[in-house]
Amino acid sequence: MNGVLVILKRELQSYFATPLAYVFIFIFLVLSGVFTFYLGNFFEREQADLTPFFSFHPWLYLFLIPAISMRLWSEERKTGTIELLMTLPVTRLDAVLGKFLAAWSFAGLALVLTFPLWITVNYLGDPDNGVIFASYLGSFLMAGGFLAIGSCMSALTRSQVIAFIGCGIVCLLFVLAGFQMITGLLRDWLPLFLVDTVASLSFLMHFSAVSRGVVGLADFVYFLSMIGIWLAATVVVLEMKQAD
Amino acid sequence: MLEVSHLHKQFGDLTAINDISFKLVPGEILGFLGPNGAGKSTTMKVITGFLAPSSGKVSVWGCDVAADPLGAQEHMGYLPEGAPLYEEMTPRTFLSFIADVRGINGEDRAERIGTVVQTMSLASVLDQRIETLSKGFKRRVGLAQAILHDPDVLILDEPTDGLDPVQKHHVREMIRGLSKDKIVIISTHILEEVTAVCSRAIIIAAGTVLADCTPDELEARSRYHLATKIQFVGEAQLAAHRGVLTALPGVAGSEVAASTAELTLFPSDESGSSQRVAQETVDYLRDYGADFTGVFQERGRLDEVFREVTGLQSGN
Repeated sequence: MNGVLVILKRELQSYFATPLAYVFIFIFLVLSGVFTFYLGNFFEREQADLTPFFSFHPWLYLFLIPAISMRLWSEERKTGTIELLMTLPVTRLDAVLGKFLAAWSFAGLALVLTFPLWITVNYLGDPDNGVIFASYLGSFLMAGGFLAIGSCMSALTRSQVIAFIGCGIVCLLFVLAGFQMITGLLRDWLPLFLVDTVASLSFLMHFSAVSRGVVGLADFVYFLSMIGIWLAATVVVLEMKQAD
Repeated sequence: MLEVSHLHKQFGDLTAINDISFKLVPGEILGFLGPNGAGKSTTMKVITGFLAPSSGKVSVWGCDVAADPLGAQEHMGYLPEGAPLYEEMTPRTFLSFIADVRGINGEDRAERIGTVVQTMSLASVLDQRIETLSKGFKRRVGLAQAILHDPDVLILDEPTDGLDPVQKHHVREMIRGLSKDKIVIISTHILEEVTAVCSRAIIIAAGTVLADCTPDELEARSRYHLATKIQFVGEAQLAAHRGVLTALPGVAGSEVAASTAELTLFPSDESGSSQRVAQETVDYLRDYGADFTGVFQERGRLDEVFREVTGLQSGN
């Protein structure tokens, strides 16, 4: 456990040692604002909720999360520090968890910093704060899923560009799996239960369930097992690279 | 104790390590020699657990590196090739991170960090970002990290690479100054380093051990080992005395460096002949009033041995 915390601390330190963290948070806040007010017609809808804000999150994460996760392992491999890290008395699992949790808490911080929107909507009307809280939770869990995928992609390569694109593509697949256009297409080809299976693997489906305020156990299990599986895959990839 | 037995490492078609075995006991300082690409770094990576061997076993202080990597890694300090560091950190935050990972807490912590900062003369750059430091400083931060927990086994991949002569001297002093119950492995292609710090030398090429002995024994393999060298004043003197000297009893051969007016006499294999050649040479030069500036007995030339040993392997 100590190992996880030490790695977590060092990673967070290094996020804020470079302008990267501040640039990321700035872009995240600007884009989520743009999406909410312009594309989401926040005011025109005249509804006291944050649906326009949250509904864009899967798409926002599609290119912002890979930007965080791409450096997790690729950078270590590129600069050679992975040799230092892997020969320190820390298990691979500890290192993977520590790095993931640092990235996840960083994403969480960016999410928390959108609180002015929550204040705005509470000032303008009387929203269901329970639903908003559930949406934040869902968004945070989804960010974790994206990051876990990104962690694995980053462990595969020493190139951050490839890690970025790889993460973007895999995440896109997991988002699209539940997109109505895609499920509609699949319905013509596949038996219904397979279509449902594919759709149930989708970030989109689980996220929209949670962001409607329906926090079901299944969605929790889904996100946490996505995180668990992809982090386990990261450990396996690192192990394979050791034997390479 | 550090034991490496029948280590093999295969990268695709390339055999990086081919059946390397050796055993080190506390107090030994091993110099790992070999041409570039010989497998020195790969061997070190396997010993430290960064790479898994294709076959074979490494055990460090009783811990099998494959079965109990963490146990083994607690005993080891490692400076990887090129001294990779987290460049966005400062030496202070970096060393404090290493102390955290190594579980060095309490009073011990400040004391250990203070000690390595002093040993490596890092005080002046403690709060500067590592990426802004010179190569020499970076190397020293890497070394500080490796010795922070006062490890039983110290593995240094080219520790003096990029250091100036004074810093090189410091690092060698540091390695020599380690207490006698430690094991040190350094890889280098600087041969003088081996005679300067090592108690044992292993030469590898193409992943195979070609020589495993003390630096003295290595020198003894040289043609120049115990050869007598005379430094004449001018070529004329060299020419005048050369004939008699090369015909002295016990001389098996000679080498002339005309431009520097040096004559080297190789003793025959007979026991005591090196002593005899030296004595006879001195007597002759004195008796005949030769004009010379010095007579030396050579220790042996490592670079020559190195070329010979590794040359055999690659067939050139």
